[in-house]
Amino acid sequence: MNAEKKELKNYVYMDNAATTKPYPEIVEYMSFVQENFYWNPSALYGFGVQSERLIRRARNSVASLIGAHEDEIYFTSGGTESNNWALIGSIRAFDGKRKHIITSSVEHPSVTATTEYLKQAGFEITVVPVDRQGFVDPQQVLDEIRSDTCLISIISVQNEVGTIEPCQEIGLCLSQMGPKAPIFHIDAVQGLGHVHIDVNKWGVDLMTLSSHKIHGPKGVGALFIRKETPIKPLIFGGDQEKGLRAGTENLAGICGFRMACDMCKNDMDETRDKLVKFKTKLVAGITEAFPDAVLNGPDIHLSAPHIVNFSFPGFRGETILYGLEERGVLVSTGSSCSSRKREPSPILLAMGKTQEEAWSAIRFSMSRFTTEKDVEATVLAVEDCLKKLEPWRKKMI
Amino acid sequence: MEKVLLIRYGEIGLKGQNRKYFEDTLRRNILLAVRNQVSDNQDIQVLRSYGRFYLTGFDAEHQEECMDVISKIPGVVGVCPAIVVDNVVDAVEEGAVAIMKEAVAQISLGRSTVTFKVSTKRPNKSFPFTSPEMNQRIGAVILKNVPGLSVDLHNPDIILNLEIREKGTYLYVYDRPGPGGLPVGVSGRGTVLISGGIDSPVSAYMAMKRGVDVNALHFWSYPITGQRAKDKVVDICKVLRQFHPQFRLFIAPFTDIQTQIIEKCPENYRVITMRRMMMRVATEFCKNEGGQVIFTGENLGQVASQTLESLTVIEDAAGLPILRPLICFDKTEIIDKAKEIGTYDISCLPYEDCCSVFVPKHPVTKPTLERAIAAEKNIDVDLLVKECVEGIREAQLEDDI
Repeated sequence: MNAEKKELKNYVYMDNAATTKPYPEIVEYMSFVQENFYWNPSALYGFGVQSERLIRRARNSVASLIGAHEDEIYFTSGGTESNNWALIGSIRAFDGKRKHIITSSVEHPSVTATTEYLKQAGFEITVVPVDRQGFVDPQQVLDEIRSDTCLISIISVQNEVGTIEPCQEIGLCLSQMGPKAPIFHIDAVQGLGHVHIDVNKWGVDLMTLSSHKIHGPKGVGALFIRKETPIKPLIFGGDQEKGLRAGTENLAGICGFRMACDMCKNDMDETRDKLVKFKTKLVAGITEAFPDAVLNGPDIHLSAPHIVNFSFPGFRGETILYGLEERGVLVSTGSSCSSRKREPSPILLAMGKTQEEAWSAIRFSMSRFTTEKDVEATVLAVEDCLKKLEPWRKKMI
Repeated sequence: MEKVLLIRYGEIGLKGQNRKYFEDTLRRNILLAVRNQVSDNQDIQVLRSYGRFYLTGFDAEHQEECMDVISKIPGVVGVCPAIVVDNVVDAVEEGAVAIMKEAVAQISLGRSTVTFKVSTKRPNKSFPFTSPEMNQRIGAVILKNVPGLSVDLHNPDIILNLEIREKGTYLYVYDRPGPGGLPVGVSGRGTVLISGGIDSPVSAYMAMKRGVDVNALHFWSYPITGQRAKDKVVDICKVLRQFHPQFRLFIAPFTDIQTQIIEKCPENYRVITMRRMMMRVATEFCKNEGGQVIFTGENLGQVASQTLESLTVIEDAAGLPILRPLICFDKTEIIDKAKEIGTYDISCLPYEDCCSVFVPKHPVTKPTLERAIAAEKNIDVDLLVKECVEGIREAQLEDDI
C-alpha cells in the first residue's frame, strides 16, 4: 500500500477526459457528510429535512453553472444514466406518436448504445455525419427534422478529440420552430467546466452533466430538464426528484458535486486561459518531437482546451500508451470506454481518418490540476518513447 | 462420533518401493493446500491408514471448502465426508442414522421415496458381526428411523459404506472424484512456458497431474503489451495454483530481444527466432531453478510455428528436453480441458501477449536449421539471453488489495 502511494505521486496524469482527481476538500467534505448526514432526505424528522436542504443547495449550484433554475436539475448516478434517461424518457413521453431521433456520428457510447437499443425496439435513428474536424453541420441536422422527430441529441464537446459542436446554432433554430420543435438534448459531460454553457441561450431542453469530470466524485451526475419538457422516468420507485428519478439520494455524492460546481465556477476562465496555453505548447512540442504525428480534431481555438488527440501512424496507440506509462505519463487511446476493446476508434473513423490513424491515436487530456511541468514531461516522454519504439514502426499489427 | 474426510488415492499405491515417498508427498501437498486455502488451524492433520488418508481436526463449517480444495490435488482419486465411530454396534447404528438423514436431506430426485443399500467391509475380523449381518442390521435400523427410504440392493440412489477397521468404523455416503494422477513433486522439476492463451495453462495442468513440480515462465514485452496482458497470466496462474499450492510465476522481460529481432532478423523467420530465444532463456532459467525439463503448450499444426519442421528447429535451441503434453490434441479437446480446469474464460480475454503482436504476414512454415541459425547472425544471442535471464522476476500471486 505504501509503495503504491509513493508511485502514484510521480505520475503525470494526462487522462482527465476519462476522469479527474477529486479536490481533496471534496473528499474531506463528503466523508463529513457521510458521517454526519446519513439521514434519509425523505425522512420527516428534522435531520431528514436538513439533508433535503443540502440537496436543494446543491441543485442551486449545479443550476447556476449552466444558467438553469434549480427546479430544473435532477440528480442521477452520472452521465451514462442521464444520457439513457434523456433518450428513452423522451421517446416514452410521446407514447409512440413520434418515432424518430437525430444524433451525430461522434456521440458517446452511452448515447449510441441507447439509440441502438431504441432502433431494435422499432424507432428510427438518423445519424448525421461529421466533417474531418469532427464538426456536425447544423443545417444538416435541421434538414433531417420530420414531423415525427421526437429528439435531437448532440454532444457538446466530443470526448475523444475535443471538437466543440455548434449546439447553440442548432438550439436557436429549434427555438424558432415553436411548440412543434423536437426535444433538444445536449450531452455536456465534457463541456462542463471547459466551455461556457447557458441552457437558455442555447435553447436546450435536456442536458447531461457529470460530476467526476470536474473534480467531483464518481457515481453522481444530473439531467437538466427544462420546465414543461415531456419526459418519463427511467427508474421507478419512490417519489424522489419529483417522482422522475426514484432511489434514495446519494447525499454525499450530491454534496461533492455541488462543491465541484462551485469551485469550477470560480476559476473557469483562469483555467481555460491556462489550458489554451498548455494545449498550444503540447501540440507544438509533440509536432516537433514527431513530425509525422497527425493532430486529430479542429484547430486549438475551435476545440475544448483540455483535449489533445494525435495519431502516430506506424505505431499502435496501445503500445504508445504503455510506453508513456513506463515513462510515468498516463494517457488514453481514445475514449476510455472503448480502450478495452480491440477496435479502432469509431469516432476517428467517422471523421474520415484512415484505419492506421484510428489505430494509432492517443488522447492527452488536461485539467485545472495540470502544470506546465506536466506538459513538458509529456512532450519529453513522447519523444523518448517513440525513439525507443522506432524499430517497431510499421511492423506492429 | 467424529467427522473426517476420507481421501482415496490410486496409482501411487502401486509404485512399489517408492510408495512411501509418493504417499508422503501427497500427504504434504494435501495438508499444504488445506492450510493455505482453507484454514491454518494446526489441529488439521492428514492421517494414513490402509491405503487411505483421513483429514481430521477441521471445523465442521470448513468441510465443503476442504472437499473442494482436496478434490483438485493431483494424486487424489476421490474425497468424501465420513464419520468415525467406536467399534460398538450401538455407535455404528447411531452414526448410520445420522449420516443417512443428512444424505436424504441433500438428495433431490423429484420423487418421494429414496432407495438405499448398506455395503459393509470388515477388515477388522474381531468385530462380532459379519458383513452380511451388519448390512441387514444397519439397514433395518435406518428403515425404522429415517423416513422416506426403501431398500434397493441392485440400483440404489444412496449407498451407505461401512468400513469396520481396527481404530473404528468409518461411515460415508457420497464421493467427489479427484483428478487422479501423481502427487506434484514425485516426478521431478520443470518449467512451463505460459503465454496467456488457451493451450499453455492446460499443458501446465497436465505436467502437474503427472507429478512434475513446475514453475511458470512468462515472456512479457512491456510496453508492446500492457499490464493487463501480464495480469491475465497472473490470474491464470492463480487458478493453476489450486492444483499445485507451491506453484510460482516468473516474468521474463522480453522487449529488448523482440526489438532486436524485429530490427535485425529476416521477417519470415521472426517467429522461429523468437521461439528459439525463448527456449534459450527458459533453459537457463529452468536449470537455475533446479529443473530438468521444459513444458510448452505447442500443438502440431495449429499455427505456422507448430509444424514438425518448426518444432525441430525451435527445439534445437533448447538445452533441455522439451515436453509438449498437447502435441496431438485437437483444439476442441484442449478447449474442453481448459474449461474443465477453469482457465478458459481468462484465456479468452482479449489482451494480447508477446506472440500475437509479432506474427509476420508470411511466416515460414518449413524452416531449416541452417537458415534459422543464419537469421540470428546479426544479434548477440548470448548477451541478450544473459540480460533477459538476469531480468527475470517472480510475480506476486497473492491478492494485494
